[in-house]
Amino acid sequence: MTSRRRAFLWVLVAVLITLIFGFYSINSGQTTAVLAGTVRAATLLVLGAICGMICERSGIVNIGIEGQFLMAAFSAFTVTSLTGSLALGVFAGIATGLVLGWLLAAMAVGLKVDQIIAGTVINIAAVGLTSFFYDRSRSLGVGKYSPIELGSLADIPLIGRVFFSRPLLTYITICLIVLVHIAMFRSVWGMRTRAIGEHPGAADTVGIRVLRLRYFNATLAGGFAGFGGAYLALEAVGAFSRNMSGGRGFLALAVMIFGRRSPFGAYAAALFFGFATALQNQFQLNSTFDIPTQFVGMLPYVVTIVVVALSGLFGSMRDPAALGQTYEKS
Amino acid sequence: MVDVLIGAQSVTKRFPGVLATNQVSIELKPGRILALLGENGAGKSTLVNMLFGMYRPDEGSVIIKDEVVNLQGPSDAIRRGIGMVHQHFQLVPPMSVVENIVLGAEPKKLGLVDLPEARKRVLELVTRFSLDVDPDALVEELPVGTQQRVEILKALYRNAEVLILDEPTAVLTPQETDHLLQVLRDLTTRGVGVVFITHKLREVLAIADDIVVLRNGQVVGTTTPSASSETALAEMMVGRSVLLRVDKTISQPGEVVLEVRNLEVDDDRSQRAVNNLSLKVRKGEILGIAGVEGNGQRELVEAITGLRASEAGEILISARAVTNTSPRKIASLGVGHIPEDREKHGVIGVYSVEENAMINRYHRKPFSLRGLLQRKAITSHAKEVVNEFDVRTPRLDTAVATLSGGNKQKLIVGREFSGEIKFLIAAQPTRGIDIGAIEFIHRSIVKKRDEGAAVLLVSAELDEIIGLADRIAVLFEGKIVATLDAAEADREQIGLLMAGVGVS
Ligand SMILES: Nc1ncnc2c1ncn2[C@@H]1O[C@H](COP(=O)(O)OP(=O)(O)OP(=O)(O)O)[C@@H](O)[C@H]1O
Ligand SMILES: [Mg+2]
Repeated sequence: MTSRRRAFLWVLVAVLITLIFGFYSINSGQTTAVLAGTVRAATLLVLGAICGMICERSGIVNIGIEGQFLMAAFSAFTVTSLTGSLALGVFAGIATGLVLGWLLAAMAVGLKVDQIIAGTVINIAAVGLTSFFYDRSRSLGVGKYSPIELGSLADIPLIGRVFFSRPLLTYITICLIVLVHIAMFRSVWGMRTRAIGEHPGAADTVGIRVLRLRYFNATLAGGFAGFGGAYLALEAVGAFSRNMSGGRGFLALAVMIFGRRSPFGAYAAALFFGFATALQNQFQLNSTFDIPTQFVGMLPYVVTIVVVALSGLFGSMRDPAALGQTYEKS
Repeated sequence: MVDVLIGAQSVTKRFPGVLATNQVSIELKPGRILALLGENGAGKSTLVNMLFGMYRPDEGSVIIKDEVVNLQGPSDAIRRGIGMVHQHFQLVPPMSVVENIVLGAEPKKLGLVDLPEARKRVLELVTRFSLDVDPDALVEELPVGTQQRVEILKALYRNAEVLILDEPTAVLTPQETDHLLQVLRDLTTRGVGVVFITHKLREVLAIADDIVVLRNGQVVGTTTPSASSETALAEMMVGRSVLLRVDKTISQPGEVVLEVRNLEVDDDRSQRAVNNLSLKVRKGEILGIAGVEGNGQRELVEAITGLRASEAGEILISARAVTNTSPRKIASLGVGHIPEDREKHGVIGVYSVEENAMINRYHRKPFSLRGLLQRKAITSHAKEVVNEFDVRTPRLDTAVATLSGGNKQKLIVGREFSGEIKFLIAAQPTRGIDIGAIEFIHRSIVKKRDEGAAVLLVSAELDEIIGLADRIAVLFEGKIVATLDAAEADREQIGLLMAGVGVS
């Protein structure tokens, strides 16, 4: 990033913070609600973005995140409603994600199916399967993770509410972001992953098993999306409804790109997109402004278009060179 | 003590439509240097790729340290102490030098890459073998010569007992080559064995202990430097006698075709690479640009061909200003370009030979009529190019990526020469090309000149410049420091100018 862009980012952050505190002094209740909503929406997006990032860094396009979310949310919800255990539900969600990730690898890496088609297969299958079984299970809410206050941190005005009194899965997500960031840029696994996404041939000549690592990574990445699905069903909403992922698996891809395929970047981007979502919800809840709800509902999508279009300002990032290509050994 | 460090026993490898190697046997003993010679497409790379586990032989076996081995992949070979520097760089461009060197064999601390340790080990190697590289630079920002050094460091880092080098000197300057040869000799005194592929006979005679010559996938001769000579080797390779010198008449320069005035061009890192440079090339003459690689040659060529923006100055072709115009417009003025980086700017690997043979003119007649490609015209044109320029390919619809390096180059040259050209810009036109083909390309360039084309020749091979050019401009740090008449040029003097000696 050039220094000009960096300065631009800092200015943006400063303006945002000033605005937030300004609003907070005028209307603390609503400001807190919007920011809490921001973090809630961002958690799902960042998990999807991490899934996409791990895949893309390895050279695989994953547009099946949407389906992975949905299917994982469904199985997480179902297992919890059968067993009454939230934890088992989360594990079921992760397991579903892993299986779908492996399926993506099997199609895209193993069978060398076009990667976009492989992802689409997952999305279509997810909608079909969950709708089909949904009718019969017809469950109501099964309860959800409730906020845990982190001691005195939770008492800090604004920030305490927004970050330190969240339910368990949000905390886990924040830990995961840090972990994956370190792993991607500092660990042996991360270095090899970046290598196979950029130049699989070179990785091959130094003895890295390209196909095996791609399988592994796509599967692992699915686990993150699966965790995201579980979060959606068992923490954010506490129920399952048809098509509840609502396009956020695709939004996660925009978050990933905007976040320059790094976990920290993705979280910043996710918070930004989450803010748009939260703002929209807040507008819809209280009708101080007389804007038709349809227009308000467009907000996150308009933000997506504008932001993706402007993302060049933040330093355009090249795609990994081998993205979307199958690797063939002679 | 092992007897045969690495070897092949009657290995045969077939590709669709090609018998790449046919019952080839070689063996390398510890502390010796084996040179592999042969025309483009003779099967040299295929052979060494089998030794390294990249390809599996269809028949025959690979021997490592007196044992018949069945290599499943490069990791097997690496584990057995084989290191290889590939003909096409196997480096990850956006990663740093250190990362590239240790990739696959990373020093670890708690599962993380121990970069400080890696850096330390790399620096040790850098000093031990005086292979000067900045460990923190990104590979994509390095000139090819330096990338080559990174490749060698990669093998040394893995403590290779056998070092296989597939045309390592093709991209090196004479100084760098001498240095590499020194490094290799150094290694052999430590018991390392070296397999060395090159097209440069002088190097073979200077360094090899044993020489094996391949033609059409078969061993056609085995000799030693003392029992051989450049002409003898050339003949053995090509199967006929080869003229090692270019035959040409004195040039008859006409009007100016290319004029560059006060040109300023930046490199990828936004550093000034071409600095207030002016030059003229006339009809019917060859201007050679001599210089150590990385002194602005690449940027100059890219600016003239429209591949890179110029910051200031003017470029005129046939008196028309073409500064910062599109490559297609420039090409349409009758400019032929043989690019330095053939993989990147020369061919599209996944396209066929046929398509690549006309890719610079696909939108024009006769290849395209009313927006539709004309297959017949395309095929017959490709046939001509392939025949005339002796491109060895199994079929016309073969993907260019599978051709041997030299044959790709011949295809590019053939394509660029088959159009009507007023101005030819040739950057490293014979890099990686066998003796017979060099002779042919040199003759073609001189022929174009005699037909009235202006030629700008950029080459890191001093012999090529001296042999081919009518006038020689020496480039140093983005400036032309001297322009000499080829007739009075002296190797020594140009070498000094290239190194910046005597330049104020
Ligand atoms: N992966 C491949 N698929 C199909 N054909 C191939 C492949 N690799 C090489 N060939 C063919 O095998 C033959 C031998 O190629 P090879 O690359 O070994 O030649 P080489 O001696 O290294 O030539 P050069 O000096 O040009 O590098 C050529 O005809 C080439 O077209
Ligand atoms: Mg070769």
